[in-house]
This record gives sequence, C-alpha cells and structure tokens, in this order.
Amino acid sequence: MPFIPHTDDDIQAMLEAIGVSTIDDLFDEIDPSLRNVSLAGIPEGAGEQAITRLMHERANLDAAGLNFIGAGAYEHHVPAAVWELATRGEFYSAYTPYQPEASQGTLQLVYEYQTMMCGLTGMDVANASLYDGASALAEAVLMAVRANRKSKSKRVLMPAGVHPFYREVAHNICANQGIDFQPVEYDPATGTVDQAGLARWAGEDVTALVIPQPNFFGGLEDVDALTDWAHANGALAIGVVNPVSLAVLSEPGGWGSGDGADIVVGEGQPLGAPLANGGPYFGILCCRRAHVRQMPGRVVGRTQDMEGRDGYVLTLQPREQHIRRSKATSNICTNQGLLVTAATIHMSLIGPEGLAAVATTSMARTAALAERLTGIEGVERVFDGPFFHECVLRLPADADAVLAALAERDIFGGLALAGFYPELDNAVLVCATETRTEGDIEAYGQALTEVLARMPDAARASVA
Amino acid sequence: MSDIPKDLSYTKTHEWIGNDGDGTITVGITDYAQSSLGDLVFVELPETGTKVGAGDGVAVVESVKAASDIYAPVDGEIAEINEQLADSPELVNEDPFGQGWLFKMAIDDETALGELLDADAYKGVVDDAED
Repeated sequence: MPFIPHTDDDIQAMLEAIGVSTIDDLFDEIDPSLRNVSLAGIPEGAGEQAITRLMHERANLDAAGLNFIGAGAYEHHVPAAVWELATRGEFYSAYTPYQPEASQGTLQLVYEYQTMMCGLTGMDVANASLYDGASALAEAVLMAVRANRKSKSKRVLMPAGVHPFYREVAHNICANQGIDFQPVEYDPATGTVDQAGLARWAGEDVTALVIPQPNFFGGLEDVDALTDWAHANGALAIGVVNPVSLAVLSEPGGWGSGDGADIVVGEGQPLGAPLANGGPYFGILCCRRAHVRQMPGRVVGRTQDMEGRDGYVLTLQPREQHIRRSKATSNICTNQGLLVTAATIHMSLIGPEGLAAVATTSMARTAALAERLTGIEGVERVFDGPFFHECVLRLPADADAVLAALAERDIFGGLALAGFYPELDNAVLVCATETRTEGDIEAYGQALTEVLARMPDAARASVA
Repeated sequence: MSDIPKDLSYTKTHEWIGNDGDGTITVGITDYAQSSLGDLVFVELPETGTKVGAGDGVAVVESVKAASDIYAPVDGEIAEINEQLADSPELVNEDPFGQGWLFKMAIDDETALGELLDADAYKGVVDDAED
C-alpha cells in the first residue's frame, strides 16, 4: 500500500469530523512547555547540498584511525555481500511478520537465525532478537525470576566482571520490580569471579547467577564451576556471551555437570553489524526448553500446509502485548529484524569454520598485541589467566593522557578503566580482532613507546 | 448450550467451585469459559502453599488467541494443583468439570462459599454474556 500524505483539505475534513478546528487543539492537554518545537543541537532545516556536505564532514571524523577498543563492540570484517543482501527491498522494508501469508521469506530467515543461535549456544530455543545485549540481560533477569518459582528472594548475583553498561541497564530496568542485585567482586589476581565472594551466598536463597564469558576484562571464567555452583544453590545460571567466542569456547548448553546454563544472552553486533557510533545493535536470547514459556519475544516454527509444503509461522509469543494485553511481560522485545537478517546472512556466508577462524585469529592478534605492548618498559598485564580477544594492561603513566596522545596519532588505544573500576588506575582494556594486522600492532607498539617517552614527568609521577 | 452442573458453585468470572466437604474446594473454569477461549495451549498454575485472597489472580490459561487470568473465588491457601495440565492443557477443553480441574484450596471461612453463584444465577451471567 503506498503512503499518501494528507492534503490540507483532508486534514481539514478530519478535524471537522472530530469537532476541532486546528491540529494544535488535539494536543491542548499537553503543557505548552513540554511541546518541542526546536531541539537542542538540531539546526533548522537545510537544503540537500548543505546536508550532504555536513554528513560528509561528520563521516570523515570516523574514517581515520586504527581501532584497538573493544569493550562490548567489536570491529570484524563484514563481507560486502551481507549488507548488499540485507538491504534488498524484500528484507529492508519488511515489518514485524505477524502475517505469515505475507512474510514467508522473513519468517524463514528468522527460523534459520534461531536454528543457528541454538547451534552456537547449545541451547534448546532462541527468540527472534531483543534491543541489544544489555537489555537482553535485563530481560533474562526478569525471565529467571519468573522461571525460578522455588526462589522467593528475587536475588540476582551480578559479578563485577559483567560489562558495566549491562549491569547499569539491568539495574535500571529491573530494580524497581523488586529485584535485588547483589555484586560479586572479581579476584584481583585473575580478574575472574572471586570464589570466596561467591561462597558467601552458599545456602542462601539465590534466584540467579549471571556468568559472563568472556568477562568484561576479556578473561575466561570457570563456567563449569560457576554453573554447578548456581544449580547446587537453587539458582538459575544466566550466561552473557560474545557469540563469536562460542566458535572456540565451550557452548553454554554444555556448561557444568548438569544440563548447562538456563538462559544465554549476548550482543549480536559482532555477527555482521558494523561499528556505527554505538548502534543499532541487537540482543541474543536463548534458553532451555523448560523456560520457554517465560521467554520474551517471538519464536518462529516450521510446519507444513495441507499440501505438504513447508511453511513458517510465529509459533510462540505468549509474553507479548497482543496476547497478554496489560499483563505482557516483555519490556523491550524490539525486533531488530534487519540486524538479525544481516547476522543470519553473515553466519551463513562465513560458516562455522569461518567463525572459528575469526575467533582464533582475534585471540592470536590480541595475544601478539599484549606481548608487543608488555615488552615496553613499565607496561604489564593486570590479570593472569587466559583471555579471549581483549585484555587489561597497566600503563606507567596516566591512562587518559596516554590514550589522548595516541588518538592524536590516529590510534585508538583502548578504554581507560578507572572510570568504571577506580582501583584499576592507569589500566586500559585493549582489543585486537582479525582486522588488526601485524603491522597495525607494530604501529601501536611504536606509538606507545614514543608517547610514554614524551609523557611529562607529572603524568608519569602519578604511577606509584 | 453450555453445560452448567447443578451441584457446583460459580463466579461471575467463570470459575466453578466444588465443595470437597473437608474444608477444601476444587476450582476449574466452566464449559462456557473453555469454549469461549478455544483450544488451550498452556495453563500456568500457582505454587501450593500460597496464601490467596478472594479475587486474586492466581492462575493463567492461554489459548492461541489470548491469555486469561483465573481468580481465587474465596480466601484461603492453595492446597493442590492439577499437575496433568502441564503436559495436557487440552484436558480443560475436553473435560472442564472433571479431569480439567485447575487447583484445590484450603479455605479460611466456609461461610464465604454461600456468597458464590448457584447454577441458575450463573446461567443468567452466561445468557447475558451471549446476548
């Protein structure tokens, strides 16, 4: 159906029909001070030529520089075919596929996405995407509280090694629903969950334990022990994973000695979405079959019509607003359909071997980066133990000053951690994916050597 | 025409209540309710031991089109749930007054049962709803 704007006559006729004279009359219940006529930072309308020029200027700000920042968003190679296909009109214009007779292609794609996600995580069921990884964790927490009916405490243990933004989002969405988040510190030697801190909760009523793998510091947790601890203490195990890492790490469905993790969430961005100033991304959510009734979002199933032909339908959507009305329990189940489309195409193009190659190359490049940088006097790794494709380094100078100096040389050298973890003074989280070459790593090493050598004494003096 | 057994009590929200005679009651949804909802695909039942008040939403029945609350008819405590419904929600459609029962409650005050509808009064509710 084409979109036809209303003419002035149409608008006038509609206003007369409802008995008002102007469009503003429709909004007279809203205080005038709340109505936005102009927005801060948004200029007045401009011509196409001026807009094009502005956009080019803005785009150029992003173009330069070697990126060594990960911290939840990762620069991976995306084959050109991914977005060439994903932006075809058939996918690009499709809305949430409520009508199976009109959306077989999209429904089939979602079905295949779900299948791939179950294969990757080893879980029984996958939904068709959430807003992003952080809100997927919030939904997983709400889901765990509904699913774990034996637990009355609504207490969720949240390790400090879970991405700080994820913790913040989960807290913002869930805290007012009576959910009691309790932090679990990390072991200062390894950067992974502190076993003694966790043991404090043994025998208590715990609803769920969140298990990051890899954690925010890039470190690998003992997921088997953590999953078993959760189940031994009556808690559900919620895995927070990087989907690329699952090509080489053990799948959450196999964690521990029992049935594996209960719910698995993650950020889908590394599967085919570019770094684009923070979005749009999409959230992954998978679970065991026993919890499927508590899962937000939608599940697409495959069936056959009366003539035996394959057909795809939205099979399960019990938590959604059009089924549950005011009792819907999905808070944010925005279907990031286009990104799911891109991820599905991405995974089908590179395949399991391709994904494993991305993962192992990224790990090797980060190991090489850590080795090169710790070869510089005063630079050292903060934590022991294995890491995936990020690790934490301590610099012999103020981290913010060093990163600023590197940025002037078009090297984005990592994320300073003191703002999130005050005790990690002068520490930076660095990342190298398969897109960083040996030459890139050498360039970073040389630049850091020079920057540190030129650091004024004041900046260096801050290191004890 | 819906089946409305004479020996049961009813609520305006389409629950039926059977007095077990030992301080407990059995609760289900009526034939009219199950046929209005259509094929049930899931029944979410309360935890046994939960204290509930009259009018509290304690269970949810889901059909392919809608999810509907089931309310406690009187004050009391959930004594037993129909475990069979976890795997066979269709029992509610097939035998709403028998194998499709939902839960049993230990009731606080037997006299509260006197305020429930009898079969004739409930028939009036259904007739009004069908008009």
